[in-house]
Amino acid sequence: MQTGDFKDNEYLDEYVKELRANGVNIAIAKLDDLINWGRSNSVWPLTFATSCCGIEFMCLGAARYDFARFGWEVTRNSPRQADVVFCCGTIVHKMAPVLKRLYDQMAEPKYVMAFGSCAISGGPFKTSYHTVMGVDKIIPVDVYIPGCPPRPDAMIYGMMQLARKIKMQEFFRLPKQPIVAAADDLKNSKETEKGGEQ
Amino acid sequence: MKVIDELLAQLPFAGIEQKEKTYSVSVPKDKLRETAEWLKNNPKLSFDFLTDIIGMDYTDSLGVIYYLSSTTFPSYIITLKTQTDDRETPEIDSVHDLWLSADLYEREVHDFLGITFVNNPDMRRLFLRQDWKGYPLRKDYDANPELNPIPLDNEDLNDMEDMPFTEINLEGERLEQHRKLFEEEDYVVNFGPQHPATHGVLHLRVSLDGEMIKKVDPNFGYIHRGIEKMCEAYTYPQIPHLTDRLDYLSGTISRHGFCLAVEKGLELEVPERAHYIRTIIDELTRIASHLLGWGCMAMDMGSITAFVYGMRDREKIMDIFEETCGGRLMANYSVIGGVMNDIHPNFQKKVKEFIPYMRKMLKEHHLLFTGNPIARGRMEGVGYLSKEQAISLGATGPTGRASGWSNDVRKIEPYAAYRQADFKEVLRSDGLTFDRYIIRLDEIEESLRIIEQLIDNIPGGNYAAKTKAVIKLPEGEFHQRVEGARGEFDVYINSKGDKFPYRVKFRSPCMTLVNTLKYIAVGTKVADLIMLGGSLDYVVPCIDR
Repeated sequence: MQTGDFKDNEYLDEYVKELRANGVNIAIAKLDDLINWGRSNSVWPLTFATSCCGIEFMCLGAARYDFARFGWEVTRNSPRQADVVFCCGTIVHKMAPVLKRLYDQMAEPKYVMAFGSCAISGGPFKTSYHTVMGVDKIIPVDVYIPGCPPRPDAMIYGMMQLARKIKMQEFFRLPKQPIVAAADDLKNSKETEKGGEQ
Repeated sequence: MKVIDELLAQLPFAGIEQKEKTYSVSVPKDKLRETAEWLKNNPKLSFDFLTDIIGMDYTDSLGVIYYLSSTTFPSYIITLKTQTDDRETPEIDSVHDLWLSADLYEREVHDFLGITFVNNPDMRRLFLRQDWKGYPLRKDYDANPELNPIPLDNEDLNDMEDMPFTEINLEGERLEQHRKLFEEEDYVVNFGPQHPATHGVLHLRVSLDGEMIKKVDPNFGYIHRGIEKMCEAYTYPQIPHLTDRLDYLSGTISRHGFCLAVEKGLELEVPERAHYIRTIIDELTRIASHLLGWGCMAMDMGSITAFVYGMRDREKIMDIFEETCGGRLMANYSVIGGVMNDIHPNFQKKVKEFIPYMRKMLKEHHLLFTGNPIARGRMEGVGYLSKEQAISLGATGPTGRASGWSNDVRKIEPYAAYRQADFKEVLRSDGLTFDRYIIRLDEIEESLRIIEQLIDNIPGGNYAAKTKAVIKLPEGEFHQRVEGARGEFDVYINSKGDKFPYRVKFRSPCMTLVNTLKYIAVGTKVADLIMLGGSLDYVVPCIDR
C-alpha cells in the first residue's frame, strides 16, 4: 500500500460493503467519537463546595436528583483523580490561590463549571472588599450555571452542556495547557509591578 | 430587676442605662478589666456567658461592646462598653482568661478594627490574610482593590503560625513579642480548607502525637465575604437577602432575627398571621437543617445510606418551601413587617401530611443508625464537654443543651408565636458525642409538635404590615436574639437615623462551636476529629460572614 493511500478511506467503505454483503454486522466510527462518548458519560467531579451552592450540589448527589444516572457520581476528594471542578459558591481572596492550586494539580483534560452567581461574577457579594468577582478571573470556565443557588435541575442542564462540549472535542488534539487570559494578565501585571520596584 | 439594679449601683465610675431587660454599662478604658471580672465572679450576678464582643468605630474613637448574659437570669443582658480615642495604636485589656469564647472574639475585633487586646497571647488576624492592608470595618478604610489585589500564592504557613502579642508585665513595661504556635518537634497535619468533611472551607492545623491529637488550630476566612461591611451600604429591606446566606441551612431563622430587630426599632406591629407563618417556617427549617446535620454526621462516619435518607426527607420540606416561598434553599420569605407573600393554598395540607411521615421516618432513622453497634461504639464516651465549659465557650444550641445547659432562646425570651406553643426544651446531661447526636433527632420531634399546634390555628388577616417606602430606623441600638438551628443567633444594629445602618453585627453560633472543637478534640484520635466536627454541626460561611 502506498503512503498516499492512508488518506484515501474509500477502501474502508468497500471493505464494509463486502463484509455486510457476506452477513457480518459492522459499523465504523472515529476513535475520537468513541473515546468522547465514554469520557462524557464518566466525568468525575472534584468535591469543591465553599458555600450555599454546595448544599444544592449535595441534593444533586442524593436520591431525588441523582446525577449517578449520567455517570457523574464518582466525586473525588483529590484533584489528581478528578476531571471537572464543580465550583459551588463564592471564591474570596484567601481561597483564590487554593482553587488555582487545585486546578493546577488536575490532569488534562480538565473542565470547570461555575455554579451560581457568586462563581460567575461575585453575585450578591459584588460590593465586597474580599470577594473575587467570578472564578474566570483565576481559572478558565467551561460552563456557567446561573442561580442563587441554581436548582439541581439547572445543574443537570449545565452538566449536559459540558457533556455536549466534551463530545465535540478532538481528544488527540487537546491543548496541553488551556489558555487563561485573565490569570495571565494578572500574573503579567504583578510581574511588571515587581520589576518596577526593582 | 432589683438585684441587678442594686449591684450595679456599686460601680461609681460606670454610666448605667436601662432599656427593658438590657442594662448598658459604660466604663472608662482602664476600669474595663476590673468591671468584667466583677461581673463574672460576683456570686449574685455571675454573668458567665459572654454572648459576643462587638467592635465599633465611632468615627472619632474606637470602642468595644461586650454582650454578657447570665445563667441565673438568662433573659437579662448587660452590655459593657468602653472606648479609646487613640486610633493609631488602640489598646484594650483582654478578658480571654475570664471567658473561653473571648479568645476568638477578640481576634475578630482586632482583625476588623485594629484594636490590640493587651495580654491576649494570640493577636493574629482571624479572617483576613496576615498580610492584608487596612482594617475593613473602620469608617476610613480604603477599599481600593490595588491595595489588596487577588493573591496568587498560598498564604505562608509560617505567617499562620507566628503569633504576635502585646503584654504589660508586673513592672508595668509594655512588651511586644512573638511566639510560635507549635513546637519545633511537633508533627503538624493540615486539614482543609478543601476537604468535604470540614463542612465548608475550614482550615484546621492539627498537631499529632502518633494518632492522638495534641492541639487544634482553626484558620477561618476562606469564605469571608465581608457581609457586615456590605450591610453598612445597604438599605434595611436589602440586608435580609444577605442574612439568608450566612448560615444557609437555617437561613430563614437568621432572616427572621434581622426582621425582628428592625421591627423592634420601628416599633412596628406585626400581624399575628405573619408571626404564626414565620414560626412554622422556622421550625420546618430547623427540621431540614437537623436532617442534613444528621445525614452528614453519619456520612462523616462512613454511612452513606443515612445521608441519602436524610436528604430524601429534607426534599419534602424543600417542596413545601418552593410552593409557598418560591425558593428551595434560599426561601427569602420574611420581610420587614411580615412575610413576602401569603401561604400557598396547599401549605397547610402538605405540612399536615409531612408531620406523620416524618414521625414514621424518625423511627426508621433510629433503627438504621442510632441502634447500630458500630456507630454507638464510635460515639459513646468520646468528646466530653462539661456544662461549665459549654457556658464559658458560649456553645449554645443543641451542643450546649447536650451538656445540660438550658439556653433555648425560644424559652428564655419567646418571640413570634412560640408563646402559643407548648413544647419542651430537650436537655441531656452527659455532654458526649452521642448526646449531641441524639438531641438533634429529639429536637425534630419537638419541632413537629410546635408545628402541629400552630398549623390549624393560623389566624386570618394580613400577612404583612404596611411599611413606608423608605425605612429609616430611629437613632439607637437594637438587639435581637433568635434560636437558630445551631445555637443563638444575635443581630445587633446601630442606627444613626439614616436609611442605612451605621453598624450591623451578627453573632455566629458556629464560631463558638469550632472553638469548642479546640477543647474537646484534644486527646482523641485523628479519625474522631471528623466525627466530632459532624456532631457539632457547624456551617463555615456563618463563621466567616
